[in-house]
Amino acid sequence: MQSEQASPTAVAGLERVFKVENTSYYYGSNMAVRGVNLEIPGNKITAFIGPSGCGKSTVLRCFNRLNDLIPSAHIKGRITYHGVDLYSKAVDPTELRRRIGMVFQKPNPFPKSIYDNVAFGARINGYQGDMDELVEKSLRSSALWDEVKDKLKESGLSLSGGQQQRLCIARAIAVEPEVILMDEPCSALDPISTLKIEDLMQQLKENYTIIIVTHNMQQASRVSDRTAFYNAEPTESGGKVGYLVEYDETQVIFSNPKETYTRDYVSGRFG
Amino acid sequence: MTDSVFPSPAAGDSTRSDRWKPNRSLSKLSQRSVVILFGAFAMVSVATTIGIISTLLFETIEFFLEVSPLHFFTATRWTALFANPSFGVIVLLCGTFLTSFIGLLLAIPLGLLAAVCLSEYAPRNLRAVLKPALELLAGIPTVVFGYFALLMVTPFLQNIVPGLSVFNSLSAGIVLGFAILPTIASLSEDAIFAVPQSLRQGCYALGATKRETVTGVVLPAALSGIVSSIILGVARAVGETMIVTLAAGQSPTLTLDPRVSVQTMTSFIVQVTKGDAPYGSIEFKTLFAVGMTLFVITLLLNILSFWFVRKFQEKYE
Repeated sequence: MQSEQASPTAVAGLERVFKVENTSYYYGSNMAVRGVNLEIPGNKITAFIGPSGCGKSTVLRCFNRLNDLIPSAHIKGRITYHGVDLYSKAVDPTELRRRIGMVFQKPNPFPKSIYDNVAFGARINGYQGDMDELVEKSLRSSALWDEVKDKLKESGLSLSGGQQQRLCIARAIAVEPEVILMDEPCSALDPISTLKIEDLMQQLKENYTIIIVTHNMQQASRVSDRTAFYNAEPTESGGKVGYLVEYDETQVIFSNPKETYTRDYVSGRFG
Repeated sequence: MTDSVFPSPAAGDSTRSDRWKPNRSLSKLSQRSVVILFGAFAMVSVATTIGIISTLLFETIEFFLEVSPLHFFTATRWTALFANPSFGVIVLLCGTFLTSFIGLLLAIPLGLLAAVCLSEYAPRNLRAVLKPALELLAGIPTVVFGYFALLMVTPFLQNIVPGLSVFNSLSAGIVLGFAILPTIASLSEDAIFAVPQSLRQGCYALGATKRETVTGVVLPAALSGIVSSIILGVARAVGETMIVTLAAGQSPTLTLDPRVSVQTMTSFIVQVTKGDAPYGSIEFKTLFAVGMTLFVITLLLNILSFWFVRKFQEKYE
């Protein structure tokens, strides 16, 4: 315990999937996130919590370079994935995104059949195996198979919100990623659907590394192994800049945090 | 007086209701008159439509009392204005089909490519300039397009295409294509642009390239809008009058040869209305029979478009 406490942002004794080193993120000339240092362990669930505008989603989207789609955005610092610099010229973002899947805040199934929603990513990435098998396996892994096995030809949009989100998880799993990024995956869902997704996450972490952004502190404490708390502070120009306050085992963050801000936030005093 | 049906507040608290006295004594009357007035305006367009359709219908019936529908739809000669007339509308349909086909052959691919380019590839500020420019093209009077076809495009094409007559459906079709291109491009672009950003992100997150995202997700999601823009383009091509009248000529010929002059349904109507067909004569009634045919075609296209949008439109939150 003592050795881990010495450097809580490092993940001693665990496989290190991502390492974020002194990373800042800018939209145009506005700094959105300042100087983040943390490491993401493999086969664990890491939660990012914090008030709005604290940059937790921005950091999440750095891991699969989805922020690249915003023309003015750029990064300073270094993020490595198994030791490889994510933002080096040699990295092809499309190949990276196959390895690092993502589930979004609002379910966003494609306007295609349930089957094609799952098969689409595999097709474009040149999957050579049996497609029916892959679709079934992915839908089983996302705990949706029994609900949709008789209507695979129906539109993905015909499902309920919770089912759509599990379809999106199946779609992400189908391209066999190593990491799944989840950006507030339950914020548009009812409590029962939320519970199903949370149960699913516990099953998925055996095979995948999961990073989840959530507004819901109970959710972070229920599902995650490690928690990073971000906060936002006002800048001189009137904007907000996010920074990492504290990153540790979830249990430590919620029961015995070092920083006052963290304590105030997890006890509901602000945010 | 606006006496409330609700009980007054407890005694001593009466000042509170004194503060709320809406001045609505005329409100019920004005409400009614507004409904009647606006309803009347709305009825004008309905009445106009009914008037046009019934006129078309009655005159068409009169026409078919003199000419058998069988002859109208199967004869292969159109000599409506001659001494010994033959009314094979198929000749005019063929002219309309040929010019529209050439126009659409040009306008559909170019329009869709322009729409995809504007929505997905052009930088935002370039789009802000190009889209209005494209829509401006739709504002050019078609008579200008017609003269352009006759005086610029035909002489140019005559250098390339041997045996091209002065009036021909090729030149008319090409310029017609440019005239309907903004309709297809602009409406398709609206449909493509309206595809939620979250779908594109979802697709990129699976490791898709830009091209895979556009062809695999964005275009299928915008399909209903794209198809209805094409159908609208077809309807415009079929109903287009000045370009084909000026550039394709007035010779009703049953041919699919784009080099020779043809007459479309619309240019026949122009020919008759600018001549002096006496009221009640067979030439006069022919006008309505052809107009009715045109109307039925565009109506069917509109219904098709409506049906398609209803059936295939994806509902996003």
